[in-house]
Amino acid sequence: MATSSGHTIKAFDEDLDRLRALISEMGGLAEHAIRESMRCLVNHDLDGAAKIVEEDKKLDALEIETEKRAVQLIALRAPMATDLRDVVAALKISSVVERIGDYAKNIAKRVPLLADRDIEPLSLMPEMAKIATQMVHDVLNAFVERDAETALKVIERDKAVDDFYNSIFRTLLTYMMENPNNIGQSAHLLFIAKNVERVGDHATNIAEMVYYAATGQHIMDRPKGDDDMMVETV
Amino acid sequence: MSSAVATMNRWTGEEMQKRVAKRYAAERRFRFFGLAAVGLSIAFLAFLLVSMAWQGLGGFSRTETKLTIDFPRSDLILDPAALKGPQAQEVVATAGLEGVLEQAAVAQFGEGAGELFGGGSARSLGDQLIADPGLLSRKVELWLPVSSKADVAAKGDGDPAIEKLVAKAETKRVFNGEFLTASDATDPSVVGVWGALKGSFLTILVTMGLAFPIGVLAALYLEEFAPRNRWTDMIEVSINNLAAVPSIIFGLLGLAVFLNFMHLPRSAPLVGGLTLALMTMPVIVIAGRNAIKSVPPSIRDAALGVGASKMQVVFHHVLPLALPGILTGTIIGMARALGETAPLLMIGMRAFIASPPAGITEPASVLPVQIFLWSDEVDRGFVEKTSAAIIVLLVFMLMMNGLAIYLRNKFERRW
Amino acid sequence: MIDTIVPSPTETAEPAVVDGPPKMSARSVGVFYGEKQALKDVSVDIHDDKVTAFIGPSGCGKSTFLRCLNRMNDTIAGARVTGDIDLDGEDIYASKMDVVQLRARVGMVFQKPNPFPKSIYENVAYGPRIHGLAASKGELDGVVESSLRRAGLWEEVSDRLQESGTALSGGQQQRLCIARAIAVDPEVILMDEPCSALDPIATAKIEELIHELRGRYAIAIVTHNMQQAARVSQRTAFFHLGEMVEYGRTKDIFTNPVQQRTQDYITGRYG
Repeated sequence: MATSSGHTIKAFDEDLDRLRALISEMGGLAEHAIRESMRCLVNHDLDGAAKIVEEDKKLDALEIETEKRAVQLIALRAPMATDLRDVVAALKISSVVERIGDYAKNIAKRVPLLADRDIEPLSLMPEMAKIATQMVHDVLNAFVERDAETALKVIERDKAVDDFYNSIFRTLLTYMMENPNNIGQSAHLLFIAKNVERVGDHATNIAEMVYYAATGQHIMDRPKGDDDMMVETV
Repeated sequence: MSSAVATMNRWTGEEMQKRVAKRYAAERRFRFFGLAAVGLSIAFLAFLLVSMAWQGLGGFSRTETKLTIDFPRSDLILDPAALKGPQAQEVVATAGLEGVLEQAAVAQFGEGAGELFGGGSARSLGDQLIADPGLLSRKVELWLPVSSKADVAAKGDGDPAIEKLVAKAETKRVFNGEFLTASDATDPSVVGVWGALKGSFLTILVTMGLAFPIGVLAALYLEEFAPRNRWTDMIEVSINNLAAVPSIIFGLLGLAVFLNFMHLPRSAPLVGGLTLALMTMPVIVIAGRNAIKSVPPSIRDAALGVGASKMQVVFHHVLPLALPGILTGTIIGMARALGETAPLLMIGMRAFIASPPAGITEPASVLPVQIFLWSDEVDRGFVEKTSAAIIVLLVFMLMMNGLAIYLRNKFERRW
Repeated sequence: MIDTIVPSPTETAEPAVVDGPPKMSARSVGVFYGEKQALKDVSVDIHDDKVTAFIGPSGCGKSTFLRCLNRMNDTIAGARVTGDIDLDGEDIYASKMDVVQLRARVGMVFQKPNPFPKSIYENVAYGPRIHGLAASKGELDGVVESSLRRAGLWEEVSDRLQESGTALSGGQQQRLCIARAIAVDPEVILMDEPCSALDPIATAKIEELIHELRGRYAIAIVTHNMQQAARVSQRTAFFHLGEMVEYGRTKDIFTNPVQQRTQDYITGRYG
């Protein structure tokens, strides 16, 4: 993690570092939650799923802590330019990461409701989640390192997640049309897939915030890969 | 806990106590020396004033004695009508009143009593006759001032024979107002300081009238407008040196330039004033420059910022604020000029001037010179007059200083 | 299929010319004290109805530059100014420009309040009087009242105009100095760290006053308090070691400066 450099007032450096550490910690928790929720989904691990739901509280607490620290920093240090952008970005990113944690919790909540382990689309999910999780990991690293280039690259990877989602969507539709008994399970899986796809979108949101914090400029609207789904359905 | 104890011991321990005691002792010593210095100065001043007063107060009083004069029986030939006319003073002066007095004195006190009365007595008699010509037809008892010798004897310092004479007569001590209104004379009993006082006053007027404006303007120019280069540095050094030049040199300068070259009237307050102005100006310039330097630059900046020209800044802002300091310098210069004797002696203000000067071109004397001349006199009567004149000089100086200090306080403004 | 990500054009890339012709403009200004160069190649504009702030560390030349704008550096022996400074297009260092009139058109307020040791009325009336701006006593009274009102001081001193100006509190004295500067109806007001000697409440009052004055006068303010520059100005110039490093819109300078030196200074990484 890049430490804040060279403020004349060293305590200012420490405050910024602590804020970044909080974001890192939140990111770690969120990644773990997504990975775990996927594992529980595939292994139908009810206990593990319950634990994920429980541990989401930690993430919520960290978000509140981050918000508190960010507000304090603004009040007490009067940050300018890069420092100010970093603090505002940290504030926004913390709420996005908390959302990501909520998605993981949501997935974990659906685990007890999926009795059948053999649904084929299920096998695609972990792969999709892995990409999304990696995106979150990389973009949060980019935030801590103030690396705009990595952030841009993360945005590009969202296409893969969106492609996965489209593929799972089509597969599930077909699955549901084959056998109406599967609709219940498929519906859950759809939601789970959507959640993971949202995780990828949130990662790109974070990437935009990181880019702005690092460079002071905004990325123009990026293309959203799942729009072509709207065209296909009736 | 132990560090707190150690800290406490550090400040309350024995070594610290010793240091504290030494410090208090040093402060006490300093206070003592300060008070001693002040006390010593006051003692010297008191000694000076007391001895002056002791010696001089006598000069403000004179002895008068009662004399019986029988005018119809005396040899005096004086027409009462003439006493009412415009020539009264002349008539009285030539009437031989001294003879009348001697006659009456001998008649009253015996042989040698003529010593009791002198020229001053005759003048006083004449004044009384002019006031009341009716006296001429009567035998009257008059209070008349005694002669200088008798005055000295009455004050316990004179000839034993005269003292005996005085003891016989009925005398009283009265305030000698004439001392302040009369001018120099040969007879110490009628001598006065007015002539010298007026001369001093006129001289100071000329001095200040020249030195103050020239000095202030010079200080303003040198401090505010002149460029800083070698020439102005030399000027500053020269002025500082001028202030230290012995005053008699200025006298020589005055003699050479004002009297011999410009042929101005000798012994006039004009020349005296010019000479003293040369002497006082450097003091005013130096004090003026310091006062101007001490005006904070923020005031100048403020005035410039509002769009005042350099001259407006100097005359509207700098000068009024520097005025107290300038006036202080002026007071110092003026005090010095009032007491100067040597340069004025050189330009001839040592003559015997029997009447006060009418203007600045008339011959005059100044008080310090007058004191110097009187102190040279042989007649015993001049001793107390000299001291009395010194008292007058001191009072005069105090008054002038008081006026200057009043003016300075009036212009004092805090910035 | 993915478009390349293009960063949007930023506001600092827009030219400042959209402000209109500047009230005062400086081009390549340099200042020498004897042989030593205190300021080099400074070019900056001061616009009507905008407050321009000069920021920078101590000794960077911002006060020196401010004093060039009303030729106060003329009073310092050995000071030499090079380059071009124009007021309404006229070179202020041209020989036909009368310095006294210039200083009435370009007023100055100093760091330490320096009212004249005269009455409050006299302080404000002095300027108009020496420039002949009021024809009668009544007019002068009017000028004094309006200046004091505009400086936000009238309510507090209207009943004691004959009291000494130095008897006021620090903040009131500074407002008196501002009223004094306003009384000669200037076009530009230069302020050299006007609040550095004042407490926060007095400072806030003066900042509000600056905001109100902005409509009538072009204002240039030197300040070592960055937050003040951020609060009060619309344009900011950052000075460093005698050079002007960056000049732009205040909001850009403080959120996304172009130069690294500017960034270091405003984030507190300087020194």
